[in-house]
Amino acid sequence: MTTSTPKRPPSRPWRLSLSDPRVAGLFWQVLVVGIAVAVVAFLWSNALHNLSVRRISTGFAFLGREAGMPIADSWIDYTPKDTYLRAFIVGIVNTLRVAVIGIVLATVIGTLVGIARLSSNWLLARLAAVYVEVLRDLPLLLQLLFWYVLMQGLPAARQAFKPVEGVYLSNRGLILPSVPLHEANWWTILALVAGAIVFTFVRRRLIAQQMRDGKTRPAWPYALGLVVALPVLVSFLLGASWSIMLPELRGFNFVGGLTLAPEYFALLIALVTYTSAFIAEIVRSGIQAVPRGQSEAAKALGLKRGFVLQHIVLPQALRVIIPPMTSQYLNLTKNSSLAVAVGYQDIVSIANTTLNQTGQAIESIALIMMVFLTISLGISLFMNWYNARIALVER
Amino acid sequence: MSSVAHLPQDPLPIGPRPAPRALGGHFTAWVRANLFASIPSGIMTLLMLVLLGKACIAFWQWGIANAIWIVSGNDSSACRALRGIGACWAVVPEKYRFILFGTYPFDEQWRPALAVLIFIALFVVSSRRSFWRKELFLLWAAALIVIGCLMWGGFLGLSFVTQDRWGGLPVTLILATFGLAFGFPLGILVALGRRSKLPAIRSLCVLYVELIRGVPLISLLFMASVMFPLFMPDGVNIDKLLRAQIAFILYAGAYLAEVVRGGLQAVPRGQYEAADALGLSYWEKHALIVLPQAIRHVIPPLVNTFIAFFKDTSLVLIIGIFDLLTTAKTAIVDPAWQSFSVEVYVFVGVIYFVFCFAMSRYSRSLEAQRTQG
Repeated sequence: MTTSTPKRPPSRPWRLSLSDPRVAGLFWQVLVVGIAVAVVAFLWSNALHNLSVRRISTGFAFLGREAGMPIADSWIDYTPKDTYLRAFIVGIVNTLRVAVIGIVLATVIGTLVGIARLSSNWLLARLAAVYVEVLRDLPLLLQLLFWYVLMQGLPAARQAFKPVEGVYLSNRGLILPSVPLHEANWWTILALVAGAIVFTFVRRRLIAQQMRDGKTRPAWPYALGLVVALPVLVSFLLGASWSIMLPELRGFNFVGGLTLAPEYFALLIALVTYTSAFIAEIVRSGIQAVPRGQSEAAKALGLKRGFVLQHIVLPQALRVIIPPMTSQYLNLTKNSSLAVAVGYQDIVSIANTTLNQTGQAIESIALIMMVFLTISLGISLFMNWYNARIALVER
Repeated sequence: MSSVAHLPQDPLPIGPRPAPRALGGHFTAWVRANLFASIPSGIMTLLMLVLLGKACIAFWQWGIANAIWIVSGNDSSACRALRGIGACWAVVPEKYRFILFGTYPFDEQWRPALAVLIFIALFVVSSRRSFWRKELFLLWAAALIVIGCLMWGGFLGLSFVTQDRWGGLPVTLILATFGLAFGFPLGILVALGRRSKLPAIRSLCVLYVELIRGVPLISLLFMASVMFPLFMPDGVNIDKLLRAQIAFILYAGAYLAEVVRGGLQAVPRGQYEAADALGLSYWEKHALIVLPQAIRHVIPPLVNTFIAFFKDTSLVLIIGIFDLLTTAKTAIVDPAWQSFSVEVYVFVGVIYFVFCFAMSRYSRSLEAQRTQG
């Protein structure tokens, strides 16, 4: 074999005919792009004309104007006197609030149900299967309306259900006890997070050392020091108070505590149960995708059940689970826009109100799209990073 | 390796294995193995039995024992007296015509009913493997035309009914079926475009798929209902149902394109090369060699996409099109029946469930056939 650089084939002269693949390729591309540009230009000129006829202004200047739109359920300060921009930010926060908590809860419940479907207990496996089958085969919007109607049918605040002291369920929503967070509390939480991050690095070093010389080194003293002692010390030094505030019934409503409005609670339940059914199927098929020989071999080595699940089966199953899980997370985020059906003011609902008030349809819908494309991109990037991290390292 | 020299010459004699411990009769053995295999498993079983029993008794009392099944003449006072104690299923016989067919003229409602039956027959026929032939396309075209004629009317003594009076189950089925019938070819074209060697076409297809898949369906429906009229020239006015239908076709096209692309990637290169070697053109190569294999690979995920799509048609509620869910929600606006939404939602839920469950069973049987064959 010669090792010289491969010779390029002699370039043929161009023939101006569709039988020349290069000419044909160019022709089709110009044609398709031309059509696309022409259609967009046609629609755009129509839009400009219609907007001027209807006296609708264009551009994003309306964001600076007073919104005059009441928002009941908001985590940041907002009054109807604030601008549209602030209303949109409230909407984004509300969307993220339901999406992030929904993703966490759906993952936990979905994983449990998925494992339950593989249980050797017949009744448990059956119940999990019924859960998955019923929730998957009903439209999410129907489920959402159903939960919302149930929520509205709950008794008034005075006759609220009280399953545990401090937890009330009424037509005002779910009221939970809360811990008021002051500055000292935040520093403690920060210390906890920082300690946990440092601990993961320490643990990784310990494992690397064990790989080198084979000696096991206990990690628990570090855990005790970094994750427990450090936050406790910070809390003590700054004098943080962790008193739990119980909600109280005063008049017709509750005072204190953390309130989940019925709209938010119904949306959260619907999203979590619906998505968890899909996640359960993903987890089940991921675990089943790990060959039986793997867990049998591990058992033959005398490893314990929990160890086998944690170190042999789950790491392999995760590689199958992560990509479809990403798309479920994206679905949950996009489905949170159904909030508009029950009147929870997420970004779509607020953009819709803006659209009705200002008539600026193109800008409002463009804002929805921008927000969702950004969130989708964020989730995809994070999950791709995680997927690359757990990918099989081939030797 | 024929030597067994490392084994002891005379292995220790092993006695016969003891007979397996009797677990009892057939049924007891099954219960012990599947419900009470260990102490935690047994506790779990008992706990679930208690909860399940409580739930069943509660449902029995509310849904059957104390329920009211029928009332005469739109009189809901008996139901309201039992509110919270017993279900009021009487709302279903009272309102089912409206829920199923919306505001379609009452005496003509056999027409949408017949259309629904044609839809179901079409689905059943299309699911049989022996009908997967070219004639199926003709059958689909014929069925969709017949359904259109039935719904619109205006000939042979059938009165003309405009789209804004259509409602209920036929609208749900029309949105889903037409969305698929047009979205599927679109999806195939886009999937081919995404794998094309021509950079301009490829980037256009990527842009389309990622834009549609990146935003919620609701924003597409808002676009169709609010923004679309802005983009039309003066005097052109497209009906609301048709606009939603277009949004659905574009939406289905993007999702189906991704499924089909997965199938295209599963076709071995040799197939493409062989087709090229035979001198087939691009379209001949794909229509005759590649696509039949690619689509066969992805039939189960395709059916799953169909299910998701069928459920997603309910979102037209938000832009005020009268599909099955919207008619259900409207039916309980009637003050007499206002407080019985749960019963109506259960009724509609059963209809959705029957369709989706049938499709998901079908998808599973296809998958089972594939892993066997």
